[in-house]
Amino acid sequence: MSAAFALRGLTAAVPGDKGPVRLVEDVSLEVDAGETLAVVGESGSGKTVTFTSALGLLPRPGRVIAGEAMLDGVDLLKLPAEDLRCMRGARIGMVFQDPLTGLNPVFRIGDQIAEVLRAHQPVSRRAARDRAVELLRRVQIPDPARRIDDYPHQFSGGMRQRVLIAMAIALGPRVLIADEPTTALDVTVQAQVLDLLGDLRRADGMAMVLITHDLGVVARQADRVAVMYAGRVVETGTVEQVFRAPRHPYTVALFRSMPDLDAPAGSMLAPIAGSPPDPARRPAGCAFAPRCLVADDLMACRSETPRLRGAPHAAACHRLDEREPTA
Amino acid sequence: MSALLEVADLRKSFAGGRSLFGGARPMVRAVDGISFDLARGETLGLVGETGSGKSTLGRLVLRLIEPSAGQVRFEGQDVTRASRTAMRALRPRMQMVFQDPYGSLDPRMTAGEIVAEPMTAHGMARAEAMRRANDLMEQVGLRRAMATRYPHEFSGGQRQRIGIARAIALDPALVVLDEPVSALDVSVQAQILNLLAEIQARSSVAYLFIAHDLAVVRHVSDRVAVMYLGRIVEIAPRDALYGAPRHPYTVSLLSAVPRPDPAREKSRIRSRPIGEIGSAAALPSGCRFHPRCPRARLVAARGGETLPAAGTHLPRACVEQDPVPAPVGAAAHLAACHFPDET
Repeated sequence: MSAAFALRGLTAAVPGDKGPVRLVEDVSLEVDAGETLAVVGESGSGKTVTFTSALGLLPRPGRVIAGEAMLDGVDLLKLPAEDLRCMRGARIGMVFQDPLTGLNPVFRIGDQIAEVLRAHQPVSRRAARDRAVELLRRVQIPDPARRIDDYPHQFSGGMRQRVLIAMAIALGPRVLIADEPTTALDVTVQAQVLDLLGDLRRADGMAMVLITHDLGVVARQADRVAVMYAGRVVETGTVEQVFRAPRHPYTVALFRSMPDLDAPAGSMLAPIAGSPPDPARRPAGCAFAPRCLVADDLMACRSETPRLRGAPHAAACHRLDEREPTA
Repeated sequence: MSALLEVADLRKSFAGGRSLFGGARPMVRAVDGISFDLARGETLGLVGETGSGKSTLGRLVLRLIEPSAGQVRFEGQDVTRASRTAMRALRPRMQMVFQDPYGSLDPRMTAGEIVAEPMTAHGMARAEAMRRANDLMEQVGLRRAMATRYPHEFSGGQRQRIGIARAIALDPALVVLDEPVSALDVSVQAQILNLLAEIQARSSVAYLFIAHDLAVVRHVSDRVAVMYLGRIVEIAPRDALYGAPRHPYTVSLLSAVPRPDPAREKSRIRSRPIGEIGSAAALPSGCRFHPRCPRARLVAARGGETLPAAGTHLPRACVEQDPVPAPVGAAAHLAACHFPDET
């Protein structure tokens, strides 16, 4: 079976003083229908740029310099701009972090949802409005027939995010890409929105990509996970594999540095020294080597970029075999 | 021994003013009757969602804004009624670290000048202050040579270190930390949390640690207070609060946090509050959590006298009486709930 959505060798860059600065490099990811892939990483890791690049939304002067983004056997990166625009919205839904910026404050909620429908389908105003009410009901907005005539400011943050989800699923997309969809929301509301996304994915058999920095959200929501660092995928596997026995030293360190509600109280955190490198100044070799506890100057760590090895639970680390003699 | 900080029935209302189209807006009761103590060297974590009033409370404690009513005593002195001169003498003893390591540092000053400023402002000679600033840079894990750089030359975590160096420059007894790590990446967050712990071990400074992240608060706090719509609804020693929460809002908050444990996450049953946090401009009658409270619904379903409320029937007490924080279990554990023993 082929994946619903697959990236292969995606590389995107912005021009720099000394040639192109690669924001993401050689990213390959797949997500199947009905599956949730979580993409985790810190700021600057490239997790958002990967998907804005794949959908032709990377702001100029950034551009994709290699790779493909396959949806239903079509490479999105080879499509003319107009066709790609149709694809987005219709076949790929998107939900972003900030529920305020995605809505126009001067238009009624219902009109904004209807607009999405009418932009892609020949439906009457009346029919679009009925569909909009139905969509608001699906995202559990109480009293949708009345709320449809409200303006965005009359909705709370959590409700606005539901409206954006309604717009993203309006045309029955095969893939839903959600970039930090709950980061701006309070924890009790976050739980409600995550449940909603999970329910929709199951009901419609959508493939879902969940971009997040929160490992708790990953554990709760995802089937598989890809960990990104400095523009590359450094580890990928099922959520169970990666959480039970992380293989990349960065993933290991990330878990140790995080306060855990279930850890014995008063235990010390083990921070990762330093901070992630600036894309223009990534070190030679493995980008994590300067912060890595197992990097060895005698090994290729400082000179060669490690490849992802060991699928289905793969990691990009030169010292993988040495540290796991049985693996 | 008396507490370092004593807060008694503190209140702050913001006038609603008039809206753009002339209608009078209601008063917003951002902090609505809060009392607690903080001992020397202790960390009290303050958690709550957006709109709970936790940041307003932090600013009131330092008198960065004026309270509408109530009292703050610091080292035995009444902060709320202190004169300008008295406040000036108190300022070095109580400091603040802000969330945004980008917005809170003056971009035109060098890191050294930023750290030295509170010292020169309190009469230290410039040369001495700059020398001390260099020492402080080292204490917060920055190199001395970095003192001549400007804020934009630092990463987010380094900027937060500068903010901390500045806050501890005058050897304060209290630092209010308002979301000090929430703008930082996880890997950097741990560096700052460990730094704060080291500083406290060395200086016995007390922290009022305001955050929305329950795991971070558990990690740093001796005691924890949970705020909801301007009130502390539960306050307890850390392990009691996390291990045996008594207020249904605390239960819901803890249950909502996703844990990094897939097996557990996918099998967990959650206690979920209904809807979203209300507005401090239109507080519900009785217990302010009743419109969202799962426990009130359970109690009502078991019988007893109920009233129509929030689209259902809820116990009369929840709808009519504002609960006061009362001891539950151990004496240091208070919860403001009419049914603290229900689960």
